[in-house]
Amino acid sequence: MSDFKTNNKVVAWIEERLPIFSMIQHSAIDYPTPRNLNYWWNFGSLAAVMLIIMILTGIFLVMNYTPHVTLAFDSVERIMRDVNYGWLIRYLHSNGASMFFILVYIHILRGMYYGSYKAPRELLWFIGLAIYLVMMGTGFMGYVLPWGQLSLWGATVITNMFSAVPLVGDMVVTLLWGGFSVDNPTLNRFFSLHYLLPFIIFALVFVHVWALHTTKSNNPLGIEAKGPQDTIPFHPYYTIKDLYGIGLFLMFYLAFVFWSPNFFAEPDNYIPGNPLVTPAHILPEWYYLPFYAILKSFTVDIWVLSAKLQGVLGMFAAILILFFLPWLDSSKVRSAKFRPLYRQFFWLFVLDCLVLGYVASKPAEGLLLRIGQFGTVYYFAHFLVILPIIGRIEKPKALPSSIANPVIKAVALVAMIMVGIAGFGGAAQASGGEGPALKKPDGGFSWEGVFGRYDKAALKRGWQVFHDVCSNCHSMRFVSYRNLADLGYTADEIKAIAAEKEVQDGPNDEGAMFARPARASDRFVSPFANEKAAAAANGGALPPDLSLMNKARANGPYYVYSLLLGYEETAPEGHAVPEGKLFNHYFPGNAIGMPPPIMDDIVAYTDGTKATKEQVAKDIVTFLNWAAEPELDARKSLGVKVMLFLALFTAMLYALKHQIWKDVH
Amino acid sequence: MAEPAHNAQPSSVDGQTRRDFLLYATSAVGVAGTAIALWPFVHSMNPAADTLALSTTDVDISAIKPGQAVTVIWQGRPVFVRHRTPEEITAADQTAIGELRDPQKDADRVKKPEWLILVGSCTHLGCVPLGQKPADPKGEFGGWFCPCHGSHYDTSGRIRKGPAPRNLAVPPYQFTNDTTVRIG
Repeated sequence: MSDFKTNNKVVAWIEERLPIFSMIQHSAIDYPTPRNLNYWWNFGSLAAVMLIIMILTGIFLVMNYTPHVTLAFDSVERIMRDVNYGWLIRYLHSNGASMFFILVYIHILRGMYYGSYKAPRELLWFIGLAIYLVMMGTGFMGYVLPWGQLSLWGATVITNMFSAVPLVGDMVVTLLWGGFSVDNPTLNRFFSLHYLLPFIIFALVFVHVWALHTTKSNNPLGIEAKGPQDTIPFHPYYTIKDLYGIGLFLMFYLAFVFWSPNFFAEPDNYIPGNPLVTPAHILPEWYYLPFYAILKSFTVDIWVLSAKLQGVLGMFAAILILFFLPWLDSSKVRSAKFRPLYRQFFWLFVLDCLVLGYVASKPAEGLLLRIGQFGTVYYFAHFLVILPIIGRIEKPKALPSSIANPVIKAVALVAMIMVGIAGFGGAAQASGGEGPALKKPDGGFSWEGVFGRYDKAALKRGWQVFHDVCSNCHSMRFVSYRNLADLGYTADEIKAIAAEKEVQDGPNDEGAMFARPARASDRFVSPFANEKAAAAANGGALPPDLSLMNKARANGPYYVYSLLLGYEETAPEGHAVPEGKLFNHYFPGNAIGMPPPIMDDIVAYTDGTKATKEQVAKDIVTFLNWAAEPELDARKSLGVKVMLFLALFTAMLYALKHQIWKDVH
Repeated sequence: MAEPAHNAQPSSVDGQTRRDFLLYATSAVGVAGTAIALWPFVHSMNPAADTLALSTTDVDISAIKPGQAVTVIWQGRPVFVRHRTPEEITAADQTAIGELRDPQKDADRVKKPEWLILVGSCTHLGCVPLGQKPADPKGEFGGWFCPCHGSHYDTSGRIRKGPAPRNLAVPPYQFTNDTTVRIG
């Protein structure tokens, strides 16, 4: 403000007309910040960085995405396979959504632990909750866009919640859908809103920071700064501390992007949306799970309130109750550090949320249902009973007289919480894994591990198996002949391979369709004209497309490997299979239509490898994995470089932070 | 991070130097890293692998009589295939190179003199020139005339008059047999 001085004429000219420099000076440089903020205060700036990354990656994804039910899934696969660095941008975006929620949950819990919602910061808390609500909507609609099975069915389940509204429920749902089911109009409007809402979040973040800079930051002691001795300027102290935090966070985030990009994803979403078949396990993204558990825990109609309506109301109430937190918590002391009772109940509340999340990821039956119901009751009791009471009976510890007095060091637990939440995603992901333990090939697959790469020789053998065996019944419609260059085939060899097949082209100048040999740029030609023909030729069971098979099943490579070797000539006692089906240990329900596809010496390998059935299975699974994740080699090698860079950069930031802060400590 | 921090009291001159060095080194690494991180985003806007692979178009030229032309599509752009008459070939061949804006011999622009194959996109600002259909205006030099800004091309597709800077481009092509030409 008034203390902004400059000798630069251009700056002075602008400043007189638009006081932007003094605003930056005031709010990003001189802003007096409590000197004792611990690392839990890094998560606000981290969330802001994440928002920017989401908007940036989102804008570039839209350049190649097509919001139409017949094209959306294919356009996402094109991003993954053909667009330069498309896989990187998409994985940054899809994993970024989970990261954003991890950061925001920690940020919210930090606020709850240190009482940041109490007077005079109630509005700051409200705006933050508004951001969280908009994020939930944005995340949900974003998940619908790839139009996989969970996109479609997630959208169906969530929108159907509104049908619980008495009288007008069905009308509301029809309005949301723009039709009589989740279909193209739904996808289009979700896409529109998914692009709009992040900018609304961006605007809300500004208001959030504005409110923060009005009331000033809370701190781990929860007492107000009493004078200049309690505060330090934001720059350089917290700019460098935030940057150091960003370095650490990027390493955590990118480890998922480069080495486990589908960790938070559900395999079913790599199956194109099918309005006739609902997946066996339908789950929202992990970040909604605690609320999903509350939705599921209402099972008995009470008077005019149907169980369905109660569940929906309970779920919304669970979020809205957070708005009343500043008044439900009756204690005048902010920080849990001085509230021995509250501190214990805070952690019980965190535990309750984790339990609810776990329960939601499992089928709602028996004991788990009871645990979920108990967790739901406890969730509300925490706010409505426990907080008001402990505020009155608790005897807080003596508060220090000022911040400058005891500078506390509370560096811990960041990694633990992150790993905990990551494990949460893992628990949800593994929920489909029933049945016998999966087989693993001797020596494992070459592409496993941090540095694992595809074995080119195995890929070529696998292609031979696919070409000679699988492709007689299965399509692989996302892979083109030109992609075989990855396996080491030359342009002429690829041309010859493609020319074995014919594709329909046209119309020619006479208006007639004609057949021509396939070219390198064509997708693999499917063995049947269409899905109906494929099903009809295979006893009614459609041989699934194999492009994404390894990604579309839980533990894909091991599942496929086990399935190929999991046949039994005669069904075991008590496991009769219907006429025309065969017994397989690993196929869900054990009755599979596909005859045992491989056996010893089913192919004669050109490289002389002995074609035992284990070898054949390992090779074809390698090829299928390449078909599903052709970017894997590039992804891991880029990942190693990025991590080395970030390790160096973060170390430098740490050293700089140490230098800058050493006079404060 | 643009300037050395001035708020903290450095404990010594030596400490100040060390801190300045760290600050500049870290800033340089950070700026370089950010710049490199932007490359994937920029590169994602370049043609994708499937776009690059769509590189050829086959044209059946058996039905195109002398004096006729067809337009086919290649990489999203029109390509002119013109079966030139002997008079058009002579006219193109005998033009003095010196009077051309973009000097090029007719022989360098064709593989077989009777077949002239050009990208049908005006080198001025990309409109499609007229002259493919019998009734079209062909310009003052009997080739093509671009209606947008009045560029005239001759029977070799060379710019003769108007604002366009270069001749109509010749795409890569080959005759796969007597009646088929593969563009791209």
